[in-house]
Amino acid sequence: MPKYMLLIYGASEGGPTAEEMPAEHQKWNDYTASLRAADPGLVGDQLHDVDEATTVRVIDGETQITDGPFAVTKELLAGYYIIDCPDLDVALGHAARAPIVTHGSVEVRPVVVYPSA
Amino acid sequence: MDADGRPRDPAAVAERVFREERAGVLAVLIRQIGDFQLAEDAVQDAFAAAVATWPRDGVPANPGAWITTAARHRAIDRLRRTRSLADRTDRLAELARLDSQEHAGDPDQGAVDDDRLRLIFTCCHPALGLSARTALTLRMLGGLSTGEIARAFLVSETTMGQRISRAKAKIAGAGIPYRVPTDDVLPDRLCGVLAVVYLIFNEGYSAAAGDRLVRGELCSEAIRLGRLLARLMPDDAEVVGLLALMLLHDARRDARVDGVGRYVALYEQDRERWDQGRIREGLRLLEAAVRLRRPGSYQLQAAITALHLDAPSAGETDWEEVAALYGRLARIERSPVIDVNHAVAVGFAAGPRAGLELLGALLDDARLAGYQPLHAAHADLLRRAGERDAAAAAYERAIELSANAVERAELEARLGDLRGE
Repeated sequence: MPKYMLLIYGASEGGPTAEEMPAEHQKWNDYTASLRAADPGLVGDQLHDVDEATTVRVIDGETQITDGPFAVTKELLAGYYIIDCPDLDVALGHAARAPIVTHGSVEVRPVVVYPSA
Repeated sequence: MDADGRPRDPAAVAERVFREERAGVLAVLIRQIGDFQLAEDAVQDAFAAAVATWPRDGVPANPGAWITTAARHRAIDRLRRTRSLADRTDRLAELARLDSQEHAGDPDQGAVDDDRLRLIFTCCHPALGLSARTALTLRMLGGLSTGEIARAFLVSETTMGQRISRAKAKIAGAGIPYRVPTDDVLPDRLCGVLAVVYLIFNEGYSAAAGDRLVRGELCSEAIRLGRLLARLMPDDAEVVGLLALMLLHDARRDARVDGVGRYVALYEQDRERWDQGRIREGLRLLEAAVRLRRPGSYQLQAAITALHLDAPSAGETDWEEVAALYGRLARIERSPVIDVNHAVAVGFAAGPRAGLELLGALLDDARLAGYQPLHAAHADLLRRAGERDAAAAAYERAIELSANAVERAELEARLGDLRGE
């Protein structure tokens, strides 16, 4: 079955307040549980804040390490899931239920699956 | 001659089958082999084979079935030569199975219809860009070549070819399904399909004089798609309403341009040049749509168009009804085009002051400051209300914003009249 990566993007500002956090956690736990029900082999993680990101490049044989994410944008990668879905419509349906979609977005990318030897 | 009295000239039959049945053959084959490009190539091969062998062997009794079978054989040949597809063996087995159970005779029309719907929804999938959706829909379901589609959209054939290839690659790569959407998203997706069809129509209908001929093809293609959808989904009022709307517009296509290529407004048009057959069909379809009691934007627009067609002059138009319909339309769909037309209709129905009152909110909206039709309507209403200085200023603003020479000349004439009075 095709695999899709759901990339969870959140706004860099204006996230939930401290009081809203418990309810927010509950929403994500419920959402993750619903995805796991659809695919028991679900993989996914929340990422630390982009303040803690480091980007690596090799230019002319020299490794360059810079503070921060690859690109500074208003929406930042906050986490991801990798889930088996029969087709894109099913993946888009899962993405549309993510708690982030009202204030962020979800990018849906098909995962390259090489035929096993 | 065949049973329907159509000529049996092989080239003519091949051309007719190509026009009428290519999309159906393609739709079935895509489902059977799960690959747009392979299916398209195989269907192309099958038509080439028809053109080569029919003059020699005679036209088969059922040309459409002949093409379907030939295309499947070509697909099998092409698949055998391919090494790269992971599931090549499965697809070959499936095609061989289909081939063995194929009986001579007509392919089941119901099954072909189901596949055509799948093809339409896949081509209009929202995961594709809007320009890709229109191009792919025309290429897969219509009868135009890539070169013709490119000319109609004023891009190079290379650009259009790449656009279509990219769309097909995304369908395969991203796993866009080949099916009619599930009920939870069907209304949204159908709206998207109708929007693509209407966009194709408008692209042809709004064409400037020079490219009218090739872009007129777009109107015909959109109407063909509208007819197909109305046949496949006869119980959807908006599907029928869109077809009615396109027919009522298209009936006046020739009359909108005079002998020297100038645009002619509705009430100045030569009614002898209207296509009465199209108007009758459009009105009949509109009635059928309204009877389904699910009002919607396309039906309301068709009803407004019908009222305009019915009136011998601007003064004799049932403006109260037109204004009421625009009012209903404005409640369904927020758009400055509708709001301005609503105000114009109210201005005729209830007097210029009532129209100006409706325009007030639009004129305060900074986003519409550069919207030409708003200022043109504002100028006309002010003139009729007797506010000459304000009207002159509004005409100047509208003339400044006009991108179209014909429109500008018309507004300049009205401004001239105002100053001369």
